[in-house]
Amino acid sequence: MNGLDQLTPIILTVITASTPLLFAALGELVTEKSGVLNLGVEGMMVIGALAAFAVTTQTGSAVLGMAVGALAGAGLALIFAFLTLTMLANQVATGLALTIFGVGLSALAGTGFVGIALTPLQKLDIPVLSSIPVLGPLLFNQDVLVYLSFAMVFAVYWFLNATRAGLILRAVGVSHASAHAIGLPVKLTRYLATLFGGLMAGLGGAYLSLSYTPMWAENMTAGRGWIALALVVFSTWRPGRLLAGAYLFGFITVLQLHAQGAGFAVPSQVMSMLPYLATILVLVLISRDKIKIMQNAPASLGKPFHSAK
Amino acid sequence: MFRKITLAVVAAAFALSTSVGAIAEENKVGFIYVGPIGDHGWSYRHDVGRLAIEKALGDRVKTSFIESVKEGPDAERVIQQLASSGHNLIFTTSFGFMNPTLKVAKRFPKVKFEHATGYKRSDNLSTYSGRFYEGRYVAGVIAAKMTKSNVVGYVGSFPIPEVVRGINAFLLGARSINPKITIKVVWVSTWYDPGKEADAAKALIDQGADIITQHTDSPAPLQVAENRGVYGFGQASDNLHFAPKAQLTAIIDNWDSYYVSRARAMLDGTWKSQDVWGGFKDGMVSMAPFTNMPSDVSKLAAETQAAITSGKLHPFQGPIKDQEGKVRAEAGKVLDDGTLLGMNWYVEGVEGKLPQ
Repeated sequence: MNGLDQLTPIILTVITASTPLLFAALGELVTEKSGVLNLGVEGMMVIGALAAFAVTTQTGSAVLGMAVGALAGAGLALIFAFLTLTMLANQVATGLALTIFGVGLSALAGTGFVGIALTPLQKLDIPVLSSIPVLGPLLFNQDVLVYLSFAMVFAVYWFLNATRAGLILRAVGVSHASAHAIGLPVKLTRYLATLFGGLMAGLGGAYLSLSYTPMWAENMTAGRGWIALALVVFSTWRPGRLLAGAYLFGFITVLQLHAQGAGFAVPSQVMSMLPYLATILVLVLISRDKIKIMQNAPASLGKPFHSAK
Repeated sequence: MFRKITLAVVAAAFALSTSVGAIAEENKVGFIYVGPIGDHGWSYRHDVGRLAIEKALGDRVKTSFIESVKEGPDAERVIQQLASSGHNLIFTTSFGFMNPTLKVAKRFPKVKFEHATGYKRSDNLSTYSGRFYEGRYVAGVIAAKMTKSNVVGYVGSFPIPEVVRGINAFLLGARSINPKITIKVVWVSTWYDPGKEADAAKALIDQGADIITQHTDSPAPLQVAENRGVYGFGQASDNLHFAPKAQLTAIIDNWDSYYVSRARAMLDGTWKSQDVWGGFKDGMVSMAPFTNMPSDVSKLAAETQAAITSGKLHPFQGPIKDQEGKVRAEAGKVLDDGTLLGMNWYVEGVEGKLPQ
């Protein structure tokens, strides 16, 4: 077996480990860019995982499952948006409550789905291209959600940087007072951005329960929502860096497991720490330009907005 | 006004409890689980035991449980809460609850505590555990017959004696059949994270393991084995439906009869602090049906299990050498329970260093 042959399965595992993070973090990035801090990512993910799994096992349609998973995430986001944007509740507290609510609700509603096995999501094989050695199976033989996650990175980048709606969203995130003064729809923009964050978190959850580990288990997100949140901040709200951060995290997670299997004499506790350390270190190092951070950070993040103010 | 009523209630309750005595008291049994009961593994099996108490003793006791309690400082608060809310018997069902349980037990001398898999006891704190290593030994025997690559992948949670003992027993079982078997261990530093457990199983298969076994709580590694076309073992409960082609057998934790007998002892006033470590013989550990293997292998597995049950065979029978080649048990000698409980070394044949 040559080195490249060994690398292929590692990278395949990295892709599965990174995809749910990428979905959830991309959604949160857009939400935060509009000035809303939603700490309920974990809750929206886990609800999405349950909804997707339940619908797929009941109807047999994974596509329908994904759609409902995304909508379930958005449903939870809608509750958050109503409480924080219309009722002006504190965003941090509401987000935390949303996570606790999502984890608890999914555990309760999911009791009937525990212990059911599901065939994993079909891989979409792109003929000819997938038979290219090494690159073929990596790039052209993934399930639909993996392709979608990559497409979304470009879509979000394009939306934020090249469209009028993206400009409005960023303006609302930088200064809602100014945006309101020139007649931009602050509340509507934030509602939509929050809902988008919910959709994406729901999709990340759906990927977990349909493809990553095709089953439903309570609290199966196991903290991935929080990692997604951290990735958004450390990538300084830039989609490209987010992609790099999510894959770096996934890569080191998988690599340390491989290193243990290969018998590297490093304590496993240190190994478990590595993905967090390395990701933070790299993202902080590549984003240490203060002016760039100032330009990218949504200045009104987490601040409540009321048009009378 | 409110205060007066409270006082009256307290006075009435006091009068009742002294006059009618123990009969009027409500007997409550509490459980603390480290994972969700929906893990379909470790915590699930404890909850099956709790339900067995309800079934066997009916109205005589009430049971309650708190699931997904993190090992650490928070556990003490949760145990204390159970103790102060009128529970007479409390089961804390994970190794990491040991010190918090001991602390709370000191504060509530009248409440009886039972801690699973630990070694610290007091007058009102018992310990109990299953000799799961007996099952691991049988699994090792089966693995040795089924492997082609002679490499077994082991997904571990934390390097504590309970887990290390399982790894060693598995290897000794495997090497009793085929001395070329080696075990690769990957620690995931969690009892329960389906995604990470699956990643670890994938890594092990990528490195040549064609048998996957685990000491973590979700069926994810077994599911990976199924998808990758290798064999695996169920953990804590029968998970055949997750891996109809991959599960060879499962080591099943069986707490029912122990829990019922301890709850009954509490009711009868015969409860005493003790240390129980039950295996096949006591029914505390059992095996799921042997599946996906030729009949000679399942026959051998059944014979091995029978030999352990009858005491003819002990998984930790000498000669046993550790990784450095040091003899830990002479031929014909058996490692004593103390050594097994504190096991912090790998036997020869396990790859890698044990994190200390």
